[in-house]
Parts: sequence; C-alpha cells; structure tokens
Amino acid sequence: MKKVQFKSNYSQYLFLAPQLGILLIFLYWPIIQTFKDAFTIQDAFGISTQFAGIDNFLFIFDDPAYLTAFKFTIIYSFVITLITGAIGLLLAVQANKVIHGKSAYKTLLIWPYAIAPAVVGVMANYFFSERFGLLYHLFSDLWGFNWYESVFDAYIYVIIAGSWKQISANFIFFLAGLQAIQVSVIEASMIDCKSSFRRFWTITFPLLMPTTFFLIIINITYAFFDTFGIIDTTTIGAPSGETRTLVYKAYMDGFRGLDLGSAGAQSIMMMLIVLFITIFQFRYIEGKIHYN
Amino acid sequence: MTRLFTSSFSHIILFIGISIMVVPVWMIFASSTHTSSFIYSHGLQFFIGDSFHENYLRVLLYQGGFFKEITALKMFFNSFIMATGVALLSVFTSLMAAYALVYYRTKYATFLFWLIFVTILVPLELRIFPTYSVMAKLNLVNSYFGLIVPISASAIATLFFRQFYRTVPDELLESAKLDGANTWRFFIDFLVPLSKTMIIAMFIFMFVFGYNQYLWPLLVTSSEQYWTVVMGLKMMSGSIVHRFAFVMMSMVPPVLIIIILQKHFIKGVFQDK
Repeated sequence: MKKVQFKSNYSQYLFLAPQLGILLIFLYWPIIQTFKDAFTIQDAFGISTQFAGIDNFLFIFDDPAYLTAFKFTIIYSFVITLITGAIGLLLAVQANKVIHGKSAYKTLLIWPYAIAPAVVGVMANYFFSERFGLLYHLFSDLWGFNWYESVFDAYIYVIIAGSWKQISANFIFFLAGLQAIQVSVIEASMIDCKSSFRRFWTITFPLLMPTTFFLIIINITYAFFDTFGIIDTTTIGAPSGETRTLVYKAYMDGFRGLDLGSAGAQSIMMMLIVLFITIFQFRYIEGKIHYN
Repeated sequence: MTRLFTSSFSHIILFIGISIMVVPVWMIFASSTHTSSFIYSHGLQFFIGDSFHENYLRVLLYQGGFFKEITALKMFFNSFIMATGVALLSVFTSLMAAYALVYYRTKYATFLFWLIFVTILVPLELRIFPTYSVMAKLNLVNSYFGLIVPISASAIATLFFRQFYRTVPDELLESAKLDGANTWRFFIDFLVPLSKTMIIAMFIFMFVFGYNQYLWPLLVTSSEQYWTVVMGLKMMSGSIVHRFAFVMMSMVPPVLIIIILQKHFIKGVFQDK
C-alpha cells in the first residue's frame, strides 16, 4: 500500500458512492434474493412461498440432469483450457520469434477476441449445418458424424465453437508474458543450452507460469459463464441435455421451468465452485510459481 | 541456414493460425453476397457473389421482429447506446472507487476492499433471475437504464485501476501536497491525466463487454424497441443469406474498435510503456 495517503473523511465516501451504490442495488440485493430463493419453495403461480431448508439442494443432487450438466461443464472447461492454452502459446512463441510482419500477425490473431460468443455460435452453426456445413460433411465422411445423436460428436461441435475465439485471448496474454521476459535472461540461457526446445521448457515456460496460471482461471471462467451464448446458438443442449453447462441448465430451469428455488440453489452451487477454484489457485498454484 | 528454416517454420505456423481465424469469417462474408438458392445448391462460398448491396440493404432496413417494429439499424443504435453506457458508467465509477481505495488511509480499508472485490466472484449469470426481479420492482425493464446498469455493476475495471494507481510513485502525491493540492485537485489534475492509457483500455474492454451481452438483453427487453444486435441473432428471421449478412454486420463494431485501438488496449491491460 501507499505510504503517503489522505486522511479518511467524507470525500472518500463520495468517491466510493457511485460504485458502491450500483453494487449494493444491482448486485448485493439480487445475491440476497438468490439465497432467499434457494431456501424457499414457491407455488406454481408465485403467490405463496414457504421455507424449504435444504430441500432445493437435495433435489438438484438427486437430479440426473444436474449431474450430467456438472460432468459436461468440467470436461468442457478442461478441454477448452487445454486446447486454447496450447494453441495460444504455440502461436505466441512463433509471433515473438519472427522479425518480419510481427504486428500484422498480431492484429490478424487478436481480432476474434472482440466477437460475441453468441455470434461465434451462430457461425459455428453454419459450418455444422446438415445442408451446407463444411465441417459437418467433412466429419460425416470421416466417421459418420451426427451431433443430434452422438454425445461425442456433440462435444466436438461445442468444443470447436467454444475454443475458436478463446485462442485469441490466450495468444494476447502469452505474447505479453513472453515480451516481459528480460532479454538478458534469454541471452544467458542461450550460452548454457543449445537446444531451443529444451531452453523453452526449462527457462521460458517456467517464467511464463504466472501468465499460464492467470489464463487457466480466465479460460475456466469463460467456459463456465461466457459459453452460454455458444450453447444456446449451437446444440441447445442436444443430444438430450448432454451439452448443457451448469449455467445453461440453471437458466433453463428458472426461465422455462419457472423453478426459481432450484435455479437459486444451482447458482449457489456455482458460487461455491468458483470460490473453490479461486482459493485453490491462491493456495496451491500460486505457491509453486516463480515470479521474476 | 537453420535460422532460415526456423523462421519459415514460424511463419508457416502463424499462417495456419491466421487461416483458422480468418477463413471461417471470410466464408460467411463471401456467402452473404450470394443468393439463398445458390447457397443451398452449392454450399458455403469462398468467392464474392453479386448480391452484396441487395442483401445488406435489405437486412439493415427490413422491419423485423414479431411485431415488425424494429430494423437492424435500430438494433445497432440500441447496441451502441448500451455498449457506450456500460463503458462510460463502469470506467467513471471504477476510476473513483479505486482512487478512494488506494489514496485514503482508513481503518475500514480491508472491509471496503472485500465489499467491492468479492463481487468479481459472482458474475451476472449467477444472479440473473433475482437481478431481473429487482429490475422489475424498480420498473426498469424495457429501458436503456435496465440494459446498462446491471452490466456496469462490475469491479473488474476497479481492480485494474487499483493495480495501476499502486505503480504510481509516492513522490507524486508528496509534491502535489506541497503545492497545496487537495484530494479533488490531485485526482483531476494529476491522476486522471496520468491514467489516460488505462482509461482508454478499460473503455474498450467494457465497450466490447457491453456490446457482446446476449443473455441479459434477451431477458430484460420484452419490447422490440430495445432489442440489441447480439440478442437479435436469436430473433432473426429471413432467408439464409440475410442471416449471414446480419451476422457479419453484428461483429463489425467491436472488431473495428479492437483493431483500431489495439495498441492502447494492450498498453493499458499489460501496463507496458
């Protein structure tokens, strides 16, 4: 923290007021409401509510559809993190190496970052269309691809759609991480080790750990929350709910099923997952990272 | 020789990467300039056809929606209002909140810090129905205010501004104090001009974030007058080439902003000078 500061007086709260006001009304109030919903049961018309204890939670654990969504979300975030991280890192390392055309490469690789997930989903939809989709026909010639029925094929569909734009985010952050490594470190390592492959894995990659760690969190958050627009414009959960993320299922239960108690309980479960991931990153991963 | 080899290897990898990013979008664009019957009989196209004007003009000016009340042009206007509103409001509130957190000594510092930053753990998707019912109670459904404010309730920009302020040398405040600057003068005359890069970066970040919202506008606008472009994807009707054209136009504003302002964006987010 700063050594020189102002003494606290009313002006500090004037500076805080706009943000705190918005957060209290549009964030804390709904969160409190979420907890209320999660522990009560509403009748079908929303007229009477009664305290339900942890019934809503017990109910979601009994629901096979919830476990399916849970399984899919874990697999989805793991695969997206792995694919986009690996491709982003590979491209960043190459872009950092080349001398000519560096900024053109950079521009051409980062722009998909700006495209909305829902737009990406609609485009993916066209490439996986039965009538004129290139990828649909390619995959169906290769192994009889049919995402309406095969869970594996539906996974491929949403993983391709979900990974595409996230490669850009990984590329930007890895490139910035690589550029932050001091030239002297790289030069010193060149004297000690001739193989550029080994040099990368023993010197550069460990120095990139803070970036990697940050991106793991970014990618998991993306796969959990931002992919709603992708699922909703591609498979819509087909086949039979196998490609629904937790967020997507909570939304469907709340919106289509009007079951706010269940939606609230599912939201709290997700808050716990996010909290767990955040604590885990600070406790276990941060301790093992070398900062330069 | 090896150097030439490794460098062309890099170029090949980068070229493949760029193709993965550019080719799908290019194909949708090229296909959007043909007629629907041509697409259905020949599939997606690589080359430009001759229906560009016809398709794009029709999409922009066609009265769509369930009640035939809204044109794509109006949706772009709504999206622009929403994105600009989100960016302005969140940059403004975050800039001030971060200042109060970093430059004031108070015994509630830890409490205030957590009150603001714990909200990062609870994205809108996790509280979407309760947020909607709050908006309904406040009578803010179907309004620009309703589109903008809940999306601006985010502490992400505050986190970035806080990090930035902490790198500002202490001597700045010391000398400003010697010159007799009070808290407002120091904020407006010293800190805001110094944060220019960061402000631009956060503005771009929040603009794209606001423009790309899908679920929230879908929920909070039952009146077609407030439909935005990205949620419009869910609502669009019409033939396949018109949908292609709408998808292409929908990505233009945020992509243009990122391409034109990418230097500022990267400079701010990574704080390299």
